[in-house]
Amino acid sequence: MRQLKKPLVLMSVAFMLLSLSACGIQPWVKPYHRANLANEVMQYDRDPISDGYMHHVRQARESARGAEGAGGGGCGCN
Amino acid sequence: MPKVQVEAVVAATNARISLMHIAKLSNQSTMTILAVGFFLLSSLFSPLHAAVLPEDRADIMYHRYDGGGMVIDGPSVLVRKNIADKISLAGNYYIDSVSSASIDVETSGATEYTEERKEYSFDASYLKDKSLINIGYTSSTENDYDASSVRFDFSQDLFGDMTTVSMGYSQGNDDITQTGNEEFSEKLERRHYRIGIAQVLSRNLIANINYESIIDEGYLQNPYRFILIDRISAYELDEERYPNTRNSDAVSFKLSYHLPWSAAVKSRLGYFTDSWGIDAASIELDYSHKLKNRLLLDLRLRYYQQSDADFYANVFDVNTALQTFVGRDKELSQYQTYSIGLGASYQWNFRGIIDKARINAQIDYMLFDYENFREVTKATTASYGIGNEPFYNFNAYALRLFFSVWY
Repeated sequence: MRQLKKPLVLMSVAFMLLSLSACGIQPWVKPYHRANLANEVMQYDRDPISDGYMHHVRQARESARGAEGAGGGGCGCN
Repeated sequence: MPKVQVEAVVAATNARISLMHIAKLSNQSTMTILAVGFFLLSSLFSPLHAAVLPEDRADIMYHRYDGGGMVIDGPSVLVRKNIADKISLAGNYYIDSVSSASIDVETSGATEYTEERKEYSFDASYLKDKSLINIGYTSSTENDYDASSVRFDFSQDLFGDMTTVSMGYSQGNDDITQTGNEEFSEKLERRHYRIGIAQVLSRNLIANINYESIIDEGYLQNPYRFILIDRISAYELDEERYPNTRNSDAVSFKLSYHLPWSAAVKSRLGYFTDSWGIDAASIELDYSHKLKNRLLLDLRLRYYQQSDADFYANVFDVNTALQTFVGRDKELSQYQTYSIGLGASYQWNFRGIIDKARINAQIDYMLFDYENFREVTKATTASYGIGNEPFYNFNAYALRLFFSVWY
């Protein structure tokens, strides 16, 4: 039951944000002003094949894991 | 840039930021999945419109890691194709060919070994208005370790596409065996829960916050690694003993800022803590520069540090070796990593079936500097004496050469 707490909190946060979307908040950056944001130089994971590989390299050599925005299959690399 | 096109690329950017993965149902996670399902359904039928699937793209890559006595290289192929602008399918095939004579191999007195790991993964994304759902499966096999995982991710654009909320779950099941020991068979189960928010802050600035909780249950140690016990005149090797559970929390904060020219600076701060007593932090700073829509240049700097696990020691004495949990993996020790990365890509543009093609080279050079893990070999122990060997450090590089086609 304790393990369920964390995911349920996450779901609740997401639900609150989804609910807020109905409040009519107006975007202060219009879509036609987002050309710079869409430039590929802004992307963190521009090339999934290469970025996924680097996540794997670090995952096998560092204890920290998660919050990278990429999934992994796991391996017993030594 | 036409408005529709801008919206499309912005949505693609948001989709990238998403995350997401997921799930095979266990009893404990059933309620979670039901909750996710409820939110998905409520979102799918809301009167929203227009996000975009990832681009149709194929990549073929050669990768090579060299450092610390290990050479790992191989190919990787990734293909993604959209169907009717609603579904995007992706498949990845990846091979690691390993040749290892690492410090762990030397310390244990084993000889250099080679092995191969093959990995397949498949993903399917479904687009509905401003919601993107992804399900995926990954299978990894090697001679003594089989791993499979399923994932489910969901992202939703909000507030005029200024905000993207994403969440996901994944579950992995590993089967572990040991070469030369037919009786050895262990299992490991992993569950990942994650949530992320991407927020447009200005015309040039976008921020991301991601959180992920991971729960491991099962066999977490490495059957080929040992602890060292100080027997005064020599080391005695004994098996490691790890806890059978590990819970970790990680959070990252990213900022991407577009400069007045066609370039961007990106930063990432990461913090990690787990139930084994390991705390870690990392900081990364990237600069990407585009020249004449053909040449892309990247520079990356990264620093990582971590504290050691509660049950880690470089050498145990006869008393501490009897404690419940003991480990000597260098990944459990206190250390830091410095890295610098460089990248260059050249692009050709076409009109026809192929939109563009790009050749890419990326390399990251890393220095691992250990603070309480010593370089124990027969030679160093003979030279410096037991427990006085120099602290270990090594350099490594990770190279990626790949060719990409958009169609």
